[in-house]
Amino acid sequence: MNILVALPIAIPVAAAAAALLVHLRLRLQRILSVGAVAGATAAAALLLVHVERSGTAVVSVGGWEPPVGIVLVADLFSALLLLVAMITVLAVLVFALGQLERAVEERYFHPLYLVLTVGVSASFLTGDLFNLFVAFEVMLIASYVLLTLTGRSEQVRPAMTYVVVSLLSSTLFITGIALVYAATGTVNMADLGQRLADVPGALRAGLAALFLVVFGIKAAIFPLFFWLPDSYPTAPAAVTAVFAGLLTKIGVYAIIRTQTVVFGSSDGGADTLILFLAGATMLVGVLGAIAQDDVKRILSFHIVSQIGYMVFGLGLFSVAGLAATTVFIIHHMPVKTSLFLVGGIVEKVTGTGALTRLGGMVHRIPMTAGLFMVPALSLAGLPPFSGFYGKLGLVQAGIQQQRFLVVAVSLLVSVLTLFSMAKIWTGVFWGDVDQPEVAAAPAKPGRTVPRLMTTATVGLVGVTVVIALAAEPLFQLSRRAAADLIQPGGYIEAVLGAAR
Amino acid sequence: MTSLILETGTRAVFHTILVFSVFLLFAGHNAPGGGFIGGLVAGAALVLRFVAYGSQDAARTVRARPETVLGAGVFAAAASAIAPWFAGGQLLESRLWALTLPLLGTIKATSVLVFDVGVYFVVVGLVLAVLVTLGGELDS
Amino acid sequence: MTLVLAGTVAVLYAVGTYLLLQRTLTRIVIGLALLGHGANLLLLLAGGPPGEPPLVGEATSGVVSDPLPQAMALTAIVITFGVLAFLLALAYRSWAVSRNDEVEDDVEDRRVAAGKRASVHDEEVGQ
Repeated sequence: MNILVALPIAIPVAAAAAALLVHLRLRLQRILSVGAVAGATAAAALLLVHVERSGTAVVSVGGWEPPVGIVLVADLFSALLLLVAMITVLAVLVFALGQLERAVEERYFHPLYLVLTVGVSASFLTGDLFNLFVAFEVMLIASYVLLTLTGRSEQVRPAMTYVVVSLLSSTLFITGIALVYAATGTVNMADLGQRLADVPGALRAGLAALFLVVFGIKAAIFPLFFWLPDSYPTAPAAVTAVFAGLLTKIGVYAIIRTQTVVFGSSDGGADTLILFLAGATMLVGVLGAIAQDDVKRILSFHIVSQIGYMVFGLGLFSVAGLAATTVFIIHHMPVKTSLFLVGGIVEKVTGTGALTRLGGMVHRIPMTAGLFMVPALSLAGLPPFSGFYGKLGLVQAGIQQQRFLVVAVSLLVSVLTLFSMAKIWTGVFWGDVDQPEVAAAPAKPGRTVPRLMTTATVGLVGVTVVIALAAEPLFQLSRRAAADLIQPGGYIEAVLGAAR
Repeated sequence: MTSLILETGTRAVFHTILVFSVFLLFAGHNAPGGGFIGGLVAGAALVLRFVAYGSQDAARTVRARPETVLGAGVFAAAASAIAPWFAGGQLLESRLWALTLPLLGTIKATSVLVFDVGVYFVVVGLVLAVLVTLGGELDS
Repeated sequence: MTLVLAGTVAVLYAVGTYLLLQRTLTRIVIGLALLGHGANLLLLLAGGPPGEPPLVGEATSGVVSDPLPQAMALTAIVITFGVLAFLLALAYRSWAVSRNDEVEDDVEDRRVAAGKRASVHDEEVGQ
């Protein structure tokens, strides 16, 4: 059964190569990429079932045993996130088939998208620090090209910022790996979890801080988020949607993985630092969002603020906190992505995303308005939508540990989130259709929405509803996943035990 | 910008460089070399042609399109990674065969060679793509 | 020998950081390249003292160098090389569309500085 661990990586790799081979035949490429991503999703689902039943699954690549060899590891935490990520990737792919212009799609969109998928699943599944770096790079290189797919001048400058910042963080990542290797002689995460205990406390804290910075840049936490709202909105909606849903979350995943399994415990005040960062990230993100008046830019700032919630749960370093964070990430991926997809539909219909130029969309595309409502309220954390459960868990865990300040900040930010969602709602969907600007503005008015775009969005919104309905079992799974993170003994045993 | 000396020199050494790159590719298992280095040497040969005759010629030298070469390379590498699992081993596991041939003596062949050939093609395809796309603009 | 390498790493990081803070794109790219070299060299240094090539049956004295950091450095070099090539292509593209090698002021910053509201912003960001 262990082949399941490798399949979410292997299927998209093979498909990316095949898509390059048939790069002149778009139809074949479409079939290939949809098939491959669907296959990877199915494999991820089976993997989750397998891990849930029989514990952490480990594959030692090439038959070389850990800690010398390379391992792929799927524990409950990574399997859960991987499945949701793959579902999101699949939905966005279907959306992209409807949204992208043919010329853009022919410019190697499918191979690139598959490579991005490879990077995403490899980041979740890898069991050592250096391969995490490689997986990040695979994902990032694909994302650089996807971001600049049309090569227009307004894309080049923000992309430049994005690439430079990412490359800087990658350089720091290599630096961190070098220092960790010099200190311990291993890069296997499970092995590191054991050996770092013998490293002097100050050195360990320094290394932990370095990795916090590295992944903090990728995850866009305060004060390292500045590149995100600049670069994301310029890409085509489908590309922005998948970036928004996944890339920063993988940064959060890496933060959680390294701060728990690798560096362990909360000694030396790391928890207070992380909680401070969480509060600042939430607040700055949402205030930035309020100041904006373009749909994509508002949503981009909200990514930052939501990242704060995820880091908040980590900062508590408790099972309840991490479980809530897990639920929150699971809810956030499809919700955020579907909001961007709705933004993409609005842009497709009107040719703009600026609130001042839009209005009355509820009359023109009532169904899309409905599709916006569900994830928007969910993002704000209103019951009974999916965001509520994650936030409730976070607040409860925070109160339990008497971190009242950050709890208060998180509640305030929720209200502000609702406010800015309402702003999009009134700006885009309510009001008069017949504003002169709307009539004049559209450069390429496609009055009807391609069916694939709507289908994908409906599907993804459906996923968020399912998450809300299945909140209780999801919480139970997350609690188990969180317990494994807080007590990484099982993880370490599973990886290093594979050697015996 | 054409130079007779460069053109003639390129014609003289081009094939030698290619043969050397293939040598490096096969030598790679236990000696310095391998798919990446072999591919780079072959790529250097193509760059030499590009400098001497322009980007059109570099594209014509390799009949296939760069994307096809790249795709074939990645595909070969991926296939060699997955194939061992179907044979009952671990992913990316390698196997060594020793063949005794007349005249040549004992030859060791590993399944890693397929992976290396894939890498070779990826590098050549990449160099070709760079020459055709970026180099194409320099011509005009 | 190791001290020389360590000094080289320090110089590479320092020069790279300095160049990264410049406004010209080419300098930023070169700065990133130098930072990357520094990081790769550090990775190599992490392997400990040099020794004989780590090949089965070839090492005689028993003191062999650690092959893992070398493999990691090689991988990291290839990746840095690839991304830098892309960055150069992007810088070239940026020069081709705007005939400008300078990093412009942030759109957002300029807007805040000018104290203007939505109308300016729409023209620059929305389309």
